This record gives sequence, structure tokens and C-alpha cells, in this order.
Amino acid sequence: MKQLIQATIAILVVSALLFYAAHTLSASGGNSGKNTVTIFNWGEYIDPNLLKQFEKETGMRVIYETFDSNEAMMTKIQQGGTAYDIAIPSEYMIEKMKEEKLLLPLDKSKIPNLKNIDPYFLDLPFDEDNQYSIPYFWGTVGIVYNPNYVGDLDFSSWNDLWDPSLKRKVFLVDGAREVMGMGLNSLGYSLNSLDNQQLRQATDKLITLAPNIKAIIGDEITPLMINNEATVALTWSGQAADMLSENEELDFAVPQEGSNLWFDNMVIPKTSKNLEGAHAFINFMLKAESGAQNADYVGYSTPNLAAMALMDEEVVTDERFYPSEEQRDTLEVYKNLGPDYLGKYNELFLEFKMSIR
Amino acid sequence: MNKLSTSAKIYLTLVFIVLYAPIFYLIFYSFNSGGSMNNFESFTLEHYQAVFEDSRLIVILINTVIVALLSAFISTVIGTLGAIGIVSLKDAKMRNTLLSLNNVLIVSPDVIIGASFLILFTMIGIKLGFVSVLLAHVAFSVPIVVLMVLPKLLEMNSSLIDAALDLGATKKDVMMRVILPYIQPGIFAGFFLALTYSLDDFAVTFFVTGNGFSTLSVEIYSMARAGISLTVNAISGLVFLVTILVVIGYYVMTSRTRKRTEGRP
Amino acid sequence: MQAKTAKSSLFPYLLWIAFFVIAPIALVVYYSLLDIHGHFTFSNYQAFFSSVYLKMTLSSFWYALLITFFTLLISYPTAYFLTKTKNKQLWLLLIIIPSWINLLLKTYAFIGIFGLYGPINAFIEIIGFDPQQMLFTDASFIFVSVYIFIPFMILPIFNSLDRLNPTLIDASRDLGASSFTTFRRVVLPLTMDGIKSGIQVVFIPALSLFMITRLIAGNRVITLGTAIEQQFLVTQNWGMGSTIAVFLILFMVIIMLITGQKDKGGRVR
Repeated sequence: MKQLIQATIAILVVSALLFYAAHTLSASGGNSGKNTVTIFNWGEYIDPNLLKQFEKETGMRVIYETFDSNEAMMTKIQQGGTAYDIAIPSEYMIEKMKEEKLLLPLDKSKIPNLKNIDPYFLDLPFDEDNQYSIPYFWGTVGIVYNPNYVGDLDFSSWNDLWDPSLKRKVFLVDGAREVMGMGLNSLGYSLNSLDNQQLRQATDKLITLAPNIKAIIGDEITPLMINNEATVALTWSGQAADMLSENEELDFAVPQEGSNLWFDNMVIPKTSKNLEGAHAFINFMLKAESGAQNADYVGYSTPNLAAMALMDEEVVTDERFYPSEEQRDTLEVYKNLGPDYLGKYNELFLEFKMSIR
Repeated sequence: MNKLSTSAKIYLTLVFIVLYAPIFYLIFYSFNSGGSMNNFESFTLEHYQAVFEDSRLIVILINTVIVALLSAFISTVIGTLGAIGIVSLKDAKMRNTLLSLNNVLIVSPDVIIGASFLILFTMIGIKLGFVSVLLAHVAFSVPIVVLMVLPKLLEMNSSLIDAALDLGATKKDVMMRVILPYIQPGIFAGFFLALTYSLDDFAVTFFVTGNGFSTLSVEIYSMARAGISLTVNAISGLVFLVTILVVIGYYVMTSRTRKRTEGRP
Repeated sequence: MQAKTAKSSLFPYLLWIAFFVIAPIALVVYYSLLDIHGHFTFSNYQAFFSSVYLKMTLSSFWYALLITFFTLLISYPTAYFLTKTKNKQLWLLLIIIPSWINLLLKTYAFIGIFGLYGPINAFIEIIGFDPQQMLFTDASFIFVSVYIFIPFMILPIFNSLDRLNPTLIDASRDLGASSFTTFRRVVLPLTMDGIKSGIQVVFIPALSLFMITRLIAGNRVITLGTAIEQQFLVTQNWGMGSTIAVFLILFMVIIMLITGQKDKGGRVR
């Protein structure tokens, strides 16, 4: 009994002390309102020094929260309870959030630095005239591979993945849109296909890839590629850039049949309580210096032309990560498929996953 | 004195090696100047320096520990009382129903618990943040406490209680002097596993948190896409070190006082 | 009179059940009756009986069974030997402490350890064999799952072994029983409650494991937990996700009915 009481007292005392420590360190209760900007972003997806600079310049305080999937982020914003002023969803999610009326229109007069963004990346189908969103980073989906282990294959075509020499060597990302898109593209179809026959064909073709599949995984592919544990992987260009910077043997290719062009974008969710601050933040991030600094830190491709001018020339002329306009024209942005077809894509993807044994 | 055979010692050593291998592995890489848990380039302390410079990360760590301690404590109280109540029920059907309900949260995947708690909290207007996270952690830790305390209660000899009552002990005495001391190991087991549940949880916390409140798990999981920074390894290494020191220190201290007061060898 | 104390202690617990168990179940059941457009339907239940989900259910049970078996196999002797060490409480705590370090980090560490260039393969090479890719196999998946669940199995078994009266074992020995008979007839029955509780806290959550099915098994193992996660976080089809959850809860109740204590209880009066 004595031990139980001792333990109780110890727990309460330690908690109280920690409370005090946390309080003095943060010196705030995390109240959102006029003088704070609450940002909801992927983890490690911004240079933390930029947040400090922004605080210094504007006198506003930044609360930074992180998420690990678009869908989870949307659920949080939908339910409310937190005053997120900025969120950074991917493009297909923006369409969805628009439909659900979760976004506030942007006041472009407060974002003069919008002029820095490459016009190629403005006014895209998922958000015409950029009413709700401004691009943050962009990229493609392609194949990262180690040329030392794959013979002559250069992955200029998706069909190279089916090569018999790759038995049990291919890694895929765990994403229905990416994998189904690859199947569709390899047959010359659009990765936004709503044609049941095409989808069936693509799935059947994917199932014939099963013997070559080693695993279907997520972000863990990065360490595996860097360590040469994996030799071929379907992945996003941003992650590929991370891998290439750590392992010089690796190469990245976007097959000619076409692929996906993706964007992560800054938006102001309807939960915002500090519109002024939100716009100020977007404008701050669009500055040439901020854009360059952030791209250097994160390593993804920036849509900011003025920032590119400040960056290392070798980086911004690398066509693997900054493809030329012709190359870009073979790429497609994901369209919102609507719940029925999204369900269908997932079902077919599951069917494919279950065929791997 | 030591009753363990050599093979038993080898067996235990192996178990401990396996249990600690991943932890030493990630601590080893916290000294890597290479920036990731891959090729070890050269020794550096920069990630530890980064921990102390990042006050946001430290606040998150402290929050994580507070939530873990308090939620484990509260759920231990609720769960222990609950287990005592369940065992006291005479109706076997009722008992099994309660136990089934008890395990619902153990079998439900975190996303479901998180999403439904989020809906629940916003419905009744609990502000998302410390309180909602604490409530959620208490909620999903209660069942493990019940399951840890239950076997101790079941093996307890009821004649013990009868004897105490016959000797004129009050109900409170029985609870304090007979039941609680007997089930104490179960209570501690429940508390420690509740700590584990709380420290490990990502999905539930993610859904019910808000307004700047975050825990280490949420931070780590959301880093996965862009690569987990070794600062996290460093902070985990520090936490691990402190925990081990506290545990061993506490143990040495108590066993010394015990020796003195009880005169046990 | 006496029953009252014990029963009143149930109050906060019942409150917890009402708010955090019954209410979420009600929500889950409600959502399970909605299709992807939010209309009332039973189609999700129908969909569950398709071959895909039945196959998944079977594989979930099979892996949960394997995981529980191996966890028990390793934990029982560990718990038994631990009760015999000098500072047993300290050693027990040292079993739990690793579980306080973030699981995702430990999983990444395992990816490194099991990797082609990791320490295990380095060792294999030293003793003269070819390095093996150990990741993304059933074995590595079960290994890591067992790793996660070991403390949950050891604790209850340790607690039931710890109070085991040594005189009982001595008596059994004195009466001429072999150590195996002593174990089977005396030790095992007396620690049955601990084992049961350990099996419950391993088997039930093992049914809905998800993260490591992807990280360690590379989606070669697909469980009901993975499917629920996908439905919630990818398809955003909460209806189907909830339906699978309803079935998981049903399976759990059935397990509880099978393993439930029928004739015990009513002891603390």
C-alpha cells in the first residue's frame, strides 16, 4: 500500500514540475487568434528558420502542426476544433476540399509575390485562376533505380518494370492512384481513366507484374534505396531527390508514356481566424529568398522562378527534377475521381496487392 | 543465492539483447554526421545540440511525458476500480458482457478510435488540445489495466477477505489492507503498459489534438514523408538514458531503505 | 452490504464504458450503414462477405494466431526465469522500458538491422554464408510483431508466477512428481489466469495490426486492420471501414465468449 501511495505522489509531483517547465518554455497556452498563425503541414516540410524569420518580420507567432496524410488532414479541418490558418494539401485534395466548402478564397491583392511563381503552374484545372491555392512544391512520379544492378534498363518506358530480370526486385509505393496510374500509363491510357474496361485491363496487366514485386511500402523506401537494399522503386520525385542526394549511384527516370504531375499547395482553410496573417505567410513564402531557402532545405522542386534564379544552377537545370516544358506536357495532374471511382481504384489496387504472394 | 541455471541465464541474455538491439541501433546513429539512419559517416554531437536548441521539440517531449504519466495514472485508478467491480459481479453473463465491452478499444484500430473520439469531442464541445488528448489516452489505456489487474483478483483467495471481515475489519480496511496490496503487482503492470500505450500512440492523438498541442509520436510519424531527422534519434536516446537512470536509481534507493527498515538480507 | 463497496467502485468504469466504448460503437455502427455518398444501406455488410475480405479475415486470424503462439513460447520461460532472478522487479521493468521508445523509430531500426548490409547479414557473412534479404518475409513480420507484444505477455505471466507458493512445488516434488509433471499439474494451472490475460492482450490487438504489415512485410501480409486504415485514410469510405470494424468487434466478442471465465468470479464480495 505504501508503495502505491508513494507512486501516486511521485507521478503527481513530476507532472506538476513538467507542467511548469513546459509553461515557461512555451510561454503561451497555444491560443489561436489575431496574433498567431497556425500552420498545418507535412512533417519536416519547411525550413524551421523560415518560421523564425516570419515571426521576426511580422511580430506574429507561428504555431506549427504536422500531419502525415492528406485525408487525415482533411478530417481534422472538417471537424474543426483547431483554428488552422494555413494548410498544405496535395492538388487532388484541394478539389475535394473545395467541394466540401472547406477552403476560403484568397485575396490576391495581399499576395503581390505571386508574380514569382512560374505561370506554367498557375491556373491549373484543380483550381482555376488559383482562387484557393498557391503551389508550394511540385514534382512527378517516376522510377528511381540503381544502374549497377539493372543491366541495360533505363526505364524510359514503364514496361521496363516487367522485364524478367527484375524478378522480386521492384518496390512500389503504397498508393492506389500511383500504382493504378502506372498500369494505365503503361497501356497508353490516361491515369485519370474512368473507363471500366481500361481499368480492368490495367489491373490485369499489373497482376502480371506480381512476380517482379518485392514489396509495396511507403516512405521507408528512402532508406532502402539509399542503402542499396532495393534496386528499383516507383516513387515521387521529391523522395527520389532525397535518395539521389544521399546515394550517388542512383538515377531517376520519368517514363515517356507519361506520368503524374503533382503539387502541394498552400491554402487557407475555413477554420482560419487570422486571414491577415495567413495571407502574410503565403506572401512571405513566395519571396524569392524564402522560396530558395526552403527548396534547399526540403530538396523538392520549387515552382518559384525568382527563387530558382537564386539557387544552385546545377540543381535547377537538372531535367530529372525540373523537367523541360515538352516533358511536362506528357504529364497529367490527378483529377478528383469522385467517391465511386476512387473506391473502384482502391478495390482494384487491393486486388493487385492480394495477388502478390 | 542465485537459482538460475547457466542456460536460463543465456536465454534471458538473448531476450534482453533482442529487446534492446533496435534501441542501441538508433542511438548509435544519433551520433552519425551523415544525417540519416543509413551509412555511418563520422561521429558528431550536432543532433544532440539541435535537441537543446529546439525548444519546440522539448516542449513536445514534455507534453508527451505529462500526458503519458497522467493518463496512465488516471486509467490505472479507473481500471483497477473497474476490475474490482467486475469480479464482484455474481452474474457471469454481466461479467462477460463488461469484459467484452472492455476489449472493444483494444481490438479497434487506432484510426477508428481517433476518428470517433474526434467526432465525440467536437460534438460535446471539448476544446482540442491537452484535455482532449489526455481524455483519449485515458480512454484507450483503461482496458489494458483491467486485463492486468483481473488475473490477480481472480487468483485471490476469497477466504482471505472473509477472514478479515470476520476479524472485524471494515470494508475500507479490506480494500486498503487486503485487496490492494494483493493486486499491487497487477496495478503496476497495468500502469506501465498504459504508459506504453500512451507513448506509442500516434493515430488517436493526431485526430484529437489541436491548437498547437503535439506529442512526440505525432511529430515522428508526420516526418516520415520527408525523412525522419536524427534529432529525433537523439531525443529518444536522451529519454532512454534518463529513464534507465531513474529506474535504476530508484531501485537502488528503495532496496537500500528496504534493507535498512526491514533488515532483510 | 458488502457488495456495495465493490459495486460502487464500478461507477467511474461504467461511465468510461458508456462514453468511450458504447458511444463510439454506436457511431461505428451508424457509419457502417452508410454508403460512400452518405445514404443508408446494407451494402457494406454484403461487401464484407466477398472473397477479398473473407481471405483477409482468415489471414488476420492466422497471423494473430502465429504471433500469439510465438509470443507465449518466448515469454513464458522469460517470465519464469525472471521470477528467479535476484532483482526481479528491476529486471521486469527493464523488459518494459524498450516499449517506451517510439515504435516507428524502432521499426526503422529493424529495417536497418535486417537489411542486406545490416549487422545480422554482416554476421552471416562472417560465418561464411551468403547474405539474405530478411525484410518483407513472413518471418521478419512475425519476429517484429512478437517483439512488440512480448512485454504484454510477460507481465501478466510474471505476476501469476511470482505469487506462486514455492512450497507447492516442493510438495509436488516431495511427492515424487517429475519436474515436467510438477509444471503441468501445479505450475501451469495456477498461472492459467495470467496466461489467458496475456493471450487476450496479444491476440486481440494482433488481429488489427497495421503499420508493420507495410513497413516490415511490405504489404505481403494484409490484415483487417490494414483494410480499415485504407478505407478511412485513402478511400475515405468510412462506411466500409466501420463495417470491417464491426466485424472485428464481433470476432473479439466471440473470442471472449470462448475464453471467458464461466464459473469463476463473485469472489470479492
